[in-house]
Amino acid sequence: MLQSVSDFLVITKRQLLQMIRIPEVLIFATIQPAMFVLLFRYVFGGAIDSGVDGGYVQLLMPGIFVQTVAFTLAATAVGLAADMQKGLIDRFRSLPISRSAVVIGRTVGDTLQNVVTLVVMGLVGFLVGWRPSSGPVKIFLGFLFLLAFGYSMSWIGVLIGLSVREERVAQNLVFMTVFPLTFLSNAFAPTTGMPKILQYFAEWNPVSTMVAACRELFGTENIFGATANSWPSQNPILMSLIYMVLLVAIFAPISVRKYVRVSK
Amino acid sequence: MKSIIAQDLVKTYDKGTVKALDGLSLEVEEGTVLGLLGPNGAGKTTTVRVLATLLTPDSGSATVAGIDVLKHPDEVRKVIGLSGQYAALDETLTGWDNLTMFGRLYHLNSAASKKRAEELLEKFSLTDAAKRPIRTYSGGMRRRLDLAASLIVKPKVLFLDEPTTGLDPRGRMEMWGVIDELVKGGVTLLLTTQYLEEADHLADSIAVIDTGKVIARGTADELKNQVGGERLEITVEVDQIAEATRLVEQVAGTTPTVDAGIRKISAPVSNGSASLIQVLRLLDDAKIHPLDIGLKRPSLDDVFISLTGHVAEVVTEEVVGGKNASKRK
Repeated sequence: MLQSVSDFLVITKRQLLQMIRIPEVLIFATIQPAMFVLLFRYVFGGAIDSGVDGGYVQLLMPGIFVQTVAFTLAATAVGLAADMQKGLIDRFRSLPISRSAVVIGRTVGDTLQNVVTLVVMGLVGFLVGWRPSSGPVKIFLGFLFLLAFGYSMSWIGVLIGLSVREERVAQNLVFMTVFPLTFLSNAFAPTTGMPKILQYFAEWNPVSTMVAACRELFGTENIFGATANSWPSQNPILMSLIYMVLLVAIFAPISVRKYVRVSK
Repeated sequence: MKSIIAQDLVKTYDKGTVKALDGLSLEVEEGTVLGLLGPNGAGKTTTVRVLATLLTPDSGSATVAGIDVLKHPDEVRKVIGLSGQYAALDETLTGWDNLTMFGRLYHLNSAASKKRAEELLEKFSLTDAAKRPIRTYSGGMRRRLDLAASLIVKPKVLFLDEPTTGLDPRGRMEMWGVIDELVKGGVTLLLTTQYLEEADHLADSIAVIDTGKVIARGTADELKNQVGGERLEITVEVDQIAEATRLVEQVAGTTPTVDAGIRKISAPVSNGSASLIQVLRLLDDAKIHPLDIGLKRPSLDDVFISLTGHVAEVVTEEVVGGKNASKRK
């Protein structure tokens, strides 16, 4: 057991080392969400009548945070597909290490990268007027929630990365799925403008429940959701927790199994 | 003692339509080198992947260092080293980072993994490049580091899957030197290659595989003998071909093969040098002065063609074009 922990920590350390060896990757991974903050803040911020204290940026920040951590799925999938393609996964599989070490190490490593990204985004948000008002404990919980969500999304990425085995395919596949998922939600605009069927989807979309949960934890009224008064929009924190548990409970075992049997 | 035993390995893909391994069996004596020789798609890599616990065969059994590969893969992983066809390293990290990481994954402690990394970098002449990311390494350096990574715990059995594919001639010579050193150290090595001369140079014995089966095995010499003994070959002027052919036939006792294009007459002979002298005398008497004359032992290329019915290798990938240019005739 102790051995498995040390195995996955070695893999996680590898990813942190990668950040140090090629800082450009982390810089770009951070610039992109920071740019999104600025674009949405100044492009939509003027057009959307938010009706909350402090303006649109209060609603926007939780949305952009959730979108960013949802993309952990992409980071994991692309990273693993690249390792797969280069034969690195084969080498890991020929080593006397626990069968889950590589994938756990990867998901933890990607989550740690999120810590850096979230800090930078939070600072940029603060500079353009984001003022969470719920007090330090809830703010901390909010970020913890975001990291947990990113972590659970990461497990879907493991399965995708090991299944497609090619970096570019992984990249296209996840962008095609994660982008719509983050936009068919209450992250950036009210869901009331959507066709009815999409509204229902948006209400149940884990991205929406996460955004609603974060708005609650950061102390902003979630006026972009709750159009249908559905259960998930009324209990966003609980619903998000359920989603996270479900994601890990379903994808972690499948992904580990996939890793054990994967063959190039 | 046999270090590697594979029995009747079968592995099919696409619901049985593609047979990667079709009842492959082989044995490697402890401390020796077996060269697994075959063209692309013959099943070399699949064999290595099964023996290195990466792939489960549909049927058959295998032991490595006396351990059942299918029943106790974890135990096998502790005693093997694997260096694949594509250098499997983290390109963004330095050589040092890679070796210490693999050291930790082999459960060396921090100090031991650093010490081992230092030793290996030194041994493979990579100390100067230790702090550079792998992506800046040449192909040969990558292969050496990849090999180093597979030697961290001094494996009992080492698998090298096409260790020199894609290397330029210089990289190949370096790699051969490194492998020679290893073999002197007494490791049991299973090496796959599509280069006949590589198997000839590095391996104690050779198993020729084609379409998932071993079709011949033995030492390089035994395989050559299997094709036939020596051949007498002479080259003469065009107008002397007929007469020379008659004389060669007289000595060899069989009808020689004549390639009129390059004016070459050749025939199998049983008692090489005696036949050579005899033919020379007859030619001299007939006032024929051969442009070239000699005894030729069959090359492994000849062996390969006679066994498989096709030329040793058809590689089309652009990336390895360099090696073809340098190695193929």
